[in-house]
Amino acid sequence: MTTPLRLYVNGDRYDLDVEPRRTLADALRDDCGLTGTHLGCEHGVCGACTVLVDGQPVRACLMFAVQAEGSSVRTVEGLAPDDDTLHPVQQAFWDNHGLQCGFCTPGFLTLITGYLEENPTANEEELRDVLSSNLCRCTGYQNIIKAALAAQRTMNAESGAEPAEQAPA
Amino acid sequence: MKPSPFEYHRPESLEEALGMLARDPDESKVLAGGQSLVPMMNFRLASPTRLIDINRVPDLEGMSVSGDRLRVAARTRHIDVQRNELPGPLGELLREAAGHVGHLPIRTRGTFGGSIAHCDAASEWCQVAALLDAEMTVVSASRGERTIQAADFFQSIFTTSLELDEILVAVTLPVLGETWVTGIAEFARRAGDFGIVTATTALNIVEGVVAEARISLGGVHEIPFRSEAAETVLAGQAFTPELVVAAAEAAADEVDPPSDVHGDADYRRDLVRALLPRAVRSGMGAT
Repeated sequence: MTTPLRLYVNGDRYDLDVEPRRTLADALRDDCGLTGTHLGCEHGVCGACTVLVDGQPVRACLMFAVQAEGSSVRTVEGLAPDDDTLHPVQQAFWDNHGLQCGFCTPGFLTLITGYLEENPTANEEELRDVLSSNLCRCTGYQNIIKAALAAQRTMNAESGAEPAEQAPA
Repeated sequence: MKPSPFEYHRPESLEEALGMLARDPDESKVLAGGQSLVPMMNFRLASPTRLIDINRVPDLEGMSVSGDRLRVAARTRHIDVQRNELPGPLGELLREAAGHVGHLPIRTRGTFGGSIAHCDAASEWCQVAALLDAEMTVVSASRGERTIQAADFFQSIFTTSLELDEILVAVTLPVLGETWVTGIAEFARRAGDFGIVTATTALNIVEGVVAEARISLGGVHEIPFRSEAAETVLAGQAFTPELVVAAAEAAADEVDPPSDVHGDADYRRDLVRALLPRAVRSGMGAT
């Protein structure tokens, strides 16, 4: 049995008709056609399906789409502005070789974006702790950490925020 | 990897939620953060046919102090427990323990009360509840409210004394005075994993003497394990590092841990020896 559902994703409205058991991840991919959100493990371990719900990173495989009714959802498709440039986190992944196969990348991009927007002065230790949320089988993580730190510098320069406090060596 | 079908209910008040639950308690599950329930449903280890989503029920989130008790409303998210600004050793313990609960995207959804009602022996919140003899406030439509002590609440693996028609609405913890030292130490293969063994400690040290000792261990028993042996070693004695080591030995002798793919019983006993003193030291600002 399906139920009508109105979702707001990346500022667009989607009027859907889904079963309550439809996860947010499946609704984004199959009903909204936003296949940038990837599904790896479907039990909350790998983080590939991470999206922002009302600005907070969540596992889209552990939330039913009906639960997102009335919330604002942001996926990897909603990060870059409409002017053919990349979001600072995406640009930093490009510049620092923060991806190889790319499967985990959307989850990392949304996770880092959500975290840095709320914690612009996070230090490297805190960033590493947050990045432990998601799995990557290609990069060995070092370039993802470099990319996150580079993205932080760009985002803070753009917003005029204080530079990050680095953890003592 | 997809859940089986269910009816979805989203009550807007506690009364409505309890009424829905009472109509078919055997087939219903309460959905809060969903960070344990939904993976189990995705694996079809759980196939409830009715889900009662309490995320829109008002007054189920937040922490408040009244006298010497802290009330944590059941749907308070892990992230909000981690961000608590409660001064003193209890606030410190809750912040530190929250840092071991899953990862950021789990903490934004998962709830304090949900974790306790789920009763995973490795759960940090179950440890803390056992450590501090928490009181669980539960409500049902027909019998109203009752409180359950932690020692009676945790029954067995994933089993509590919560009845099928009851909802856990709050957990109450004692606000510990400044003479208390609290700590937690956990060993997991990867950051954010469930701890293989976790030690949580709360010592009331008055003028150099341990006036009261509370030790709770995770990963060594089906439910959080209060180590009476370690508490007995510590109580009434002058506080020294050697005393803590002796308590850890007593705890390691007392426990009868399971053996599984993550570590055999001897390995877990070794972890108890290592982690109990580490938990005490972490509470004293050392590592």
